[in-house]
Amino acid sequence: MNIAGAVLGRLIKAVLTLLAIAVLNFFLIHAAPGDPAAVLAGEAGAADEQMIADLRAQFGLDQPFYIQLWTYVRNVLTLDLGYSFRQGAPVLELILDRLPATLILTMSAFGISLTCGIMLGVAASARVGKLADSLLTGFALIFYATPLYWAALMAVLVFSVQLGWLPGFGYETVGADYSGFQRVGDILAHLVLPALTLGLFFMAVYMRMTRASMLEVAQQDFVKTARAKGLSPAVIRRRHILRNALLPVVTLAGLQAGQLIGGAVLTETVFAWPGIGRLMFESLAARDYNTILGVFLVSAAMVILFNIVTDIVYRLIDPRIRHSA
Amino acid sequence: MSFWKRFARNRGAVLGLVLLLAVIVIALIAPMLYPRGPWPMVQRPFLAPYTVDGLPLGTDTLGRNVAAGLVYGAQVSLLVGLISTVMALLIGVPLGAAAGFYGGWLDEGAMRFTEFFQTIPNFALAIVLVAILEPSLTSITLSIAIVSWPPVARLVRAEVMSVSKREYVDAARLAGLSNLRILVGQVLPNTVSPIIVMASLMVATAILLESSLSFLGLGDPNIMSWGYQIGAARTVIRSAWWLSFFPGLAIVLTVLALNLIGEGLNDALNPHLSRKGRT
Repeated sequence: MNIAGAVLGRLIKAVLTLLAIAVLNFFLIHAAPGDPAAVLAGEAGAADEQMIADLRAQFGLDQPFYIQLWTYVRNVLTLDLGYSFRQGAPVLELILDRLPATLILTMSAFGISLTCGIMLGVAASARVGKLADSLLTGFALIFYATPLYWAALMAVLVFSVQLGWLPGFGYETVGADYSGFQRVGDILAHLVLPALTLGLFFMAVYMRMTRASMLEVAQQDFVKTARAKGLSPAVIRRRHILRNALLPVVTLAGLQAGQLIGGAVLTETVFAWPGIGRLMFESLAARDYNTILGVFLVSAAMVILFNIVTDIVYRLIDPRIRHSA
Repeated sequence: MSFWKRFARNRGAVLGLVLLLAVIVIALIAPMLYPRGPWPMVQRPFLAPYTVDGLPLGTDTLGRNVAAGLVYGAQVSLLVGLISTVMALLIGVPLGAAAGFYGGWLDEGAMRFTEFFQTIPNFALAIVLVAILEPSLTSITLSIAIVSWPPVARLVRAEVMSVSKREYVDAARLAGLSNLRILVGQVLPNTVSPIIVMASLMVATAILLESSLSFLGLGDPNIMSWGYQIGAARTVIRSAWWLSFFPGLAIVLTVLALNLIGEGLNDALNPHLSRKGRT
């Protein structure tokens, strides 16, 4: 019941946040240099008069400001994200078409970075001050400073161009016409480099958090008790420290997931991965503002959804929150 | 122990400081090294490193000197990193301080506002802002500031809340000081150390953000930057690796330097905090 209440609260907040983003989008359209109708048409100056006039009527741009705002927000709420004149399709359709690829990419990157980050963080904390710890922390520092897109390009250079181990371009082999398991294998092979390079930065983040959290929990009294009982260090680390150290890491990881979607724009651009990030990149060059704002809204919605899921998972695994809430 | 001694005890931080100073010097003497700027065509395009004297890093797709681009790019990275951080502090510090000090509805409202900005994927927001405001040095710096201030506000709020409970604040209140004077004169100065540490890390993040925006083609069209160099070389990675390799290396080293300095500052300014993480 507690969980249901909390979820309801989060949902209400989520809707309000999305509303606020819709309002923000509206103001952004008006902040763009030039006529808002031309901005919506996506080709300032080049669009024909009739189309601009139609748009002006459709969005009520000849109406008072608050009515324009209401029209825009109402459209967004009914999932009408406008029309991409560049691509000749409704923005929502374009996004839904590309969304699965982005979900596959970001979820794999999240899984890889969280699993590896936690394992490496635990390994580093167990060897604190020793060479292995210094090496691991050093690598984390370097990955933490590496631009995502550059890591991606270098990975293409080494593993695709030089070694020829993995494909460095696209979602599946064009024209291969695979089916069933063969197709899944083909997509997985294409997924390896994008997911790894997108996850690398976050792996460094999660590793540092896990290491710090492990070291902090290790100082608490119940760990001393466990040690006094004569338990082996490995058991203490696994059953006592890790279980408590993981909670803050998982929460922060959930919050960080939003950055993952931003990073996907870069990774998808390098690898020509057909997701919404690539869609956003293509729309930038074309000045297709409708699509850019649509992708922005949808990515924010994804982050919010992901945060709610993290929240639920967190409540399920930590009884302390369940009872105190 | 003095500040410098504590800072210097962290060898990584000293290395970071040396690296950063080198980048700053290079940025400053860029016009002396390459008086013609980074744009003119100096040789035939796609010249590999060390094939022609005076062009240690080769030429790019349009025959421009890659090394000249690198040194001018250092200017942009440092400038955007620094100014956007200052702007983010100018938004975050007053907001966080007011929220933490006055509490009540002001706190509630400020925190909802901050939370809203933290929910939005910040790189996506930066892209949207720069795209809509048209790419320029100003719009890039402004956008980075707009997506970077929320953590500052939260940090300052928490620090102000904890400092406000100290006895000397009560004493100041008894002495009849106004709220504003207590906040500015007594409370804020005691929150400076964690803000400095955060700011040094923010400059690093801002440099990464700027380079990512330029990589996507959202850089100022009149300014040579590291991200632009890599973005322009993206499609020729198979034939000309050096065009993207060297600017990327420059970014990694600069950002790494700032992160190392941030850790060193943390050790030097919050000695009791830093010990917890490294026993």
